[in-house]
Amino acid sequence: MTSAPPPGVPGAVPPVPPVPPPPPTPGAALEVRGLWKRFGDKVAVAGIDLVVPAGSFYGLVGPNGAGKTTTLSMATGLLVPDAGQVLVAGRDLWADPLGTKALLGVLPDGVRLFDRLTGAQLVTYAGLLRGMDRPTVAERTADLLRAFDLTADADTLVVDYSAGMTKKITLACALVHAPRLLVLDEPFEAVDPVSAANIRDILHGYVATGGTVIVSSHVMDLVQRMCDHVAVVAAGRVLAAGTVDEVRAGASLEDRFVDLVGGRVHGEGLAWLRTS
Amino acid sequence: MVAHLLRLKLLLLRNGLRRSPWQVVGLLLALLYGLVALVLVLAGIAGLAVVEDVGLRRDVLVAGGALLVLGWALLPLVAFGVDATLDPARFTLFPVPRRQLLAGLALAGLVGVPGFVTVVTVAASVVVWWRQPQALPVAAVGAVLAVALCVVGSRATTTALAPALSGRRSREVVGVVAVVLAVGVYIGFGRLTQGLGEGVDVAGLRGLLADLAAVLAWTPFGAAWAAPADAAQGRWGTAAARLLVLAAAVAVLTVVWDRAMAHALVRPAASAPAGAVARGLGLLGRLPATPTWAVAARCLTYWRRDPRYALSVLVVPVLPVVLWAFGAGAYGVLATVPLAAFLLGWSVSQDVSFDGTAFWLHVSAGLRGRDDRAGRVLGVGLLLVPLLVVLAVVVALLTGSARHLPAVLGAALGTCLTALGVASVVSALLVTRVQQAGESAFTTRQGASLAAVVSQLGGMTVGLVLAAPELVLAVLAVAWSSAPLGWVALLVGAVLGGLLLVVGVRWGGHLLDRRAPRLLQALVTMR
Repeated sequence: MTSAPPPGVPGAVPPVPPVPPPPPTPGAALEVRGLWKRFGDKVAVAGIDLVVPAGSFYGLVGPNGAGKTTTLSMATGLLVPDAGQVLVAGRDLWADPLGTKALLGVLPDGVRLFDRLTGAQLVTYAGLLRGMDRPTVAERTADLLRAFDLTADADTLVVDYSAGMTKKITLACALVHAPRLLVLDEPFEAVDPVSAANIRDILHGYVATGGTVIVSSHVMDLVQRMCDHVAVVAAGRVLAAGTVDEVRAGASLEDRFVDLVGGRVHGEGLAWLRTS
Repeated sequence: MVAHLLRLKLLLLRNGLRRSPWQVVGLLLALLYGLVALVLVLAGIAGLAVVEDVGLRRDVLVAGGALLVLGWALLPLVAFGVDATLDPARFTLFPVPRRQLLAGLALAGLVGVPGFVTVVTVAASVVVWWRQPQALPVAAVGAVLAVALCVVGSRATTTALAPALSGRRSREVVGVVAVVLAVGVYIGFGRLTQGLGEGVDVAGLRGLLADLAAVLAWTPFGAAWAAPADAAQGRWGTAAARLLVLAAAVAVLTVVWDRAMAHALVRPAASAPAGAVARGLGLLGRLPATPTWAVAARCLTYWRRDPRYALSVLVVPVLPVVLWAFGAGAYGVLATVPLAAFLLGWSVSQDVSFDGTAFWLHVSAGLRGRDDRAGRVLGVGLLLVPLLVVLAVVVALLTGSARHLPAVLGAALGTCLTALGVASVVSALLVTRVQQAGESAFTTRQGASLAAVVSQLGGMTVGLVLAAPELVLAVLAVAWSSAPLGWVALLVGAVLGGLLLVVGVRWGGHLLDRRAPRLLQALVTMR
């Protein structure tokens, strides 16, 4: 639908003859090509390219306002890109949204839920919306609630859940149809350490059996420990991408990130704050 | 510090205006309303100023003034959360002396259109006594105390009741109760004006006013306006006593507010878990396991659990009752059935807007637009059609026009199905700014866009035009008392309405397949 870059976009490849788009990179669970998004005057995403290999645990890191959420929204069919292409397992998401979305599990950030449903109802609803049959949905709902330690709150309305519980129930909704690719925006925010460890175990198990996970985060330690691939994004562009070891190049991911993004303030600042 | 808080309030106002041009439009509209109200009130006060009868002057002022003070105390409860910009809970972390916080918040409460209108009105009410100069000082003191009572009263009720109202359930209940009360007042007012139209009993009305004022004059609500009248007639003791009542009320309310705020500052109202539970899956477990029926089950669950939907169901019994109260004949009351049917069917046009950003689940699941549309229509239809049949039968029996039942049913069914069909298309085209789940049912969202208003009006017009055949047939059937024509109306309503519904669902679904991410984006930005 929107495969060619629009005219006049700065940074786009100069005069492109109408050639067919290159074939999908083999072995990529998700491939993002030249993604652009502009809100009014502000360019949120300025030509992002990403290749997420199948079976990888991929971290997307960047400072606040880097365009992580916008990128992930476009990569999951929630936001129409101005330009660019999204390939999920080689299928063009924006050419066939309904079919391709079946492969995707999404946890978006900063959106509401149908929170007048109970936890069990919400996960069931997510499953039924995807056209699954009732016995499978019932079985998986029970499994997911148990895995996320929410069985006791299954009959509580989601509106009365805490922030961490809400994250967990959203994650359960993203998993219920056993997607091939999981795209999680800030999945660990407000989640307690025990639940976070449980979620990490579940995600590692999922990756070990061939699934692919993309998480966005700004906790570098977490990404360095958890992910095998990482992309550093700032101001709507990719600054570095590859395996975690390639990107951090011997240093810690946090130091490398600060090098890439810049903006550290050195010096004697706030001298009056010292107590001695 | 007081000046700081005032400046903060003004800054918040200005930044809010800068955020969106619609906020400016909203403020200008509010200002326009305020100015019109002010002009009317000032005209009334000017008229009062030339009235010779001190007693009449007093009674009118007392009644009007009491209404003003009550309005300040009660309206914020109904429209709860309207002005939370200076919520005391936000000052929890700042070491502001409470006394100064109190004074600052009180003054800041006067910033805005209602505060402006109140101050000017109360000041003008002092001038009424220009011909009795000895009453002017008393009136001035009363006026200052009255304004203080307005502000402190509104702050005291909201702050003291905030913890009780922070629970989701109770706030929603208050909203629904307020609507019922408002309708009640409306009906009562209608009765009253109707009585006035039939024959004005001036003496009786005057007596009622005098009795009311005599009582109110000794309450804090009316004391400020009764005291100058006493002074004008030389009853200084009574005037002083009334001012004392008023001052005492201000003092007591200030203490209540102060205590409540002290409490709020130490224990910020964390929304306590309401602990609502619902065993099992409910309708989601009982209706067939397909995407369409899942959407229908979810909608039906929401009609029960979300007061925003419950409010629109309230229209069903209220509409005929209101028309009956206004003295409409049997035909007028019968006509409310198709009207209610149309309004309820049309309510689907707000469905995606009511979902808010929760709509992402439908987008992300790759739900086919047709399934989404059909599910929403099924959800409403399962609730509506039985409701409408019951309403039609009850209204027909009560008005003694059972012979018109087929015609009424035909018109109701036809308009309902047509409205559902048109709404299915319109709601796939654009979303509007509505209250989000959990917000007070009375919080008005500023800046409804022109496009939204046009689409609503346009869609409703199209719906009425499309439903015209069965409406005309039904009217003719009732007018000629023709039973066969009534049955024809029923047949045409069911068939034509059903056809339009199917077309609407298909077309709306097709539109939604392409537009769902754009709708979601619009919902995200208007959040």
